[in-house]
Amino acid sequence: MTKQQANWSPYDNNGGSCVAIAGADYCVIAADTRMSTGYNILTREYSKICKLADKCVMASSGFQADVKALQKQLAARHLIYQHQHNKQMSCPAMAQLLSNTLYYKRFFPYYSFNVLGGLDNEGKGCVFTYDAVGSYEKVGYSSQGSGSTLIMPFLDNQLKSPSPLLLPVQDAVTPLVEAEAVDLVKTVFASASERDIYTGDKLEIVVINADGIRREYMELRKD
Amino acid sequence: MFRNQYDTDVTTWSPAGRLFQVEYAMEAVKQGSAAIGLRSKTHIVLGCVNKANSELSSHQKKIFKVDDHIGVAIAGLTADGRVLSRYMRNECINYSFTYESPLPVGRLVVQLADKAQVCTQRSWKRPYGVGLLVAGLDESGAHLYYNCPSGNYFEYQAFAIGSRSQAAKTYLERRFENFADSSWDDLVKDALMAIRETLQGETLKSSICTVAVVGVGEPFHILDQETVQQMIDAFEVVGEQEGSAAEPDAAAGQEAAAEQGAAAADQGGSTDECVAPMDI
Repeated sequence: MTKQQANWSPYDNNGGSCVAIAGADYCVIAADTRMSTGYNILTREYSKICKLADKCVMASSGFQADVKALQKQLAARHLIYQHQHNKQMSCPAMAQLLSNTLYYKRFFPYYSFNVLGGLDNEGKGCVFTYDAVGSYEKVGYSSQGSGSTLIMPFLDNQLKSPSPLLLPVQDAVTPLVEAEAVDLVKTVFASASERDIYTGDKLEIVVINADGIRREYMELRKD
Repeated sequence: MFRNQYDTDVTTWSPAGRLFQVEYAMEAVKQGSAAIGLRSKTHIVLGCVNKANSELSSHQKKIFKVDDHIGVAIAGLTADGRVLSRYMRNECINYSFTYESPLPVGRLVVQLADKAQVCTQRSWKRPYGVGLLVAGLDESGAHLYYNCPSGNYFEYQAFAIGSRSQAAKTYLERRFENFADSSWDDLVKDALMAIRETLQGETLKSSICTVAVVGVGEPFHILDQETVQQMIDAFEVVGEQEGSAAEPDAAAGQEAAAEQGAAAADQGGSTDECVAPMDI
């Protein structure tokens, strides 16, 4: 008598890839806009990027229903923080909150693979990368999602100095300027779209710097 | 009101059918420093008098933002007011989370009133000693409500609570018919003049009052001291440095307010106090 397996899963994977790169005074967060299920596309224009605070943006791939619920939770907690402290949450503070929120559901996780990007209190770019249950690390760059296996090695190759693979641990910020980082992101997604079927349609790029937040789009392969 | 044998418990009726503890709680509201509110069709203005305990201390915060579309001014036991503000904030956040839309003001005040009523019918509790002027904007328009410690609530065109509020109420009663179509500037000016009425002759300065506005296209926010001082200077007959006797005339007031850019921002310079650091 073999053990009976579940024939229904509460989870689904909507695919997609996310990337974030931190610079000395900026942060670039990008994600594709394709939402899929199985071999089908649900929509070509779904944003995986969410602004959590003034200088803090999160991109999440995985199960978008869980992602939406997670975003709402964080937004509500941020409002409470603002009422209590009379100011916006800093990016490192939000990073810790996200980690705690994810671990809170350790035994029924948010199927959400996140990268958090923004500026810290001194205006330096910072990127935090997570797994589904809240394990996180401050890094200079990261990618998550279906294309991350294709994207991450390329980023490691191009951004070697802030790579978390090097010892001694270096300052987690890339030496690139903003325009170079945006360009790198575009290149990386164009490559990922070629081989990853879940990544494509359109690329949404969000850049945070001292002037504020700006958004950019780029077309990707539709197949 | 004199002490009597029916006023020890909130759960004891008097033979005349009164709950004295509740009435004593309303007295506490009258002891607090004044808070006023008035509304037009599209905006609501809240104002309050800030009295610090001494020159060394910061003044109490009496106006709280509850959500982008709701704010509250309190009079009475400010600690009770703070707790109720936190409750209101939570209710707004939970409603937004569930329904993805802002909590209608009328619902919030009913919840608040029910919460206050509970404290009038439990022997181990006491009524909240704070009156709340709730200003909010929702689909049905601009609203101003007053919530009592008794659990009653009323909607108003304009109202004042706290010590010497009768003077402000008299002023508002004279002027309220014009409020519905007032401009932003006029509404704020009327609020400041109502506050001035409660000061009984003391000079109105931006350092002793706080003004907040919420309206269509304008989330709830507290006006900064400079803006308030400029509006005061625009109508103050006994101006500080402004020699030009700006009468409380709508036209002159609007003109002066429009000249804010030209007139130096730091002319009404007695804003010596910093914003209270204990800003919760």
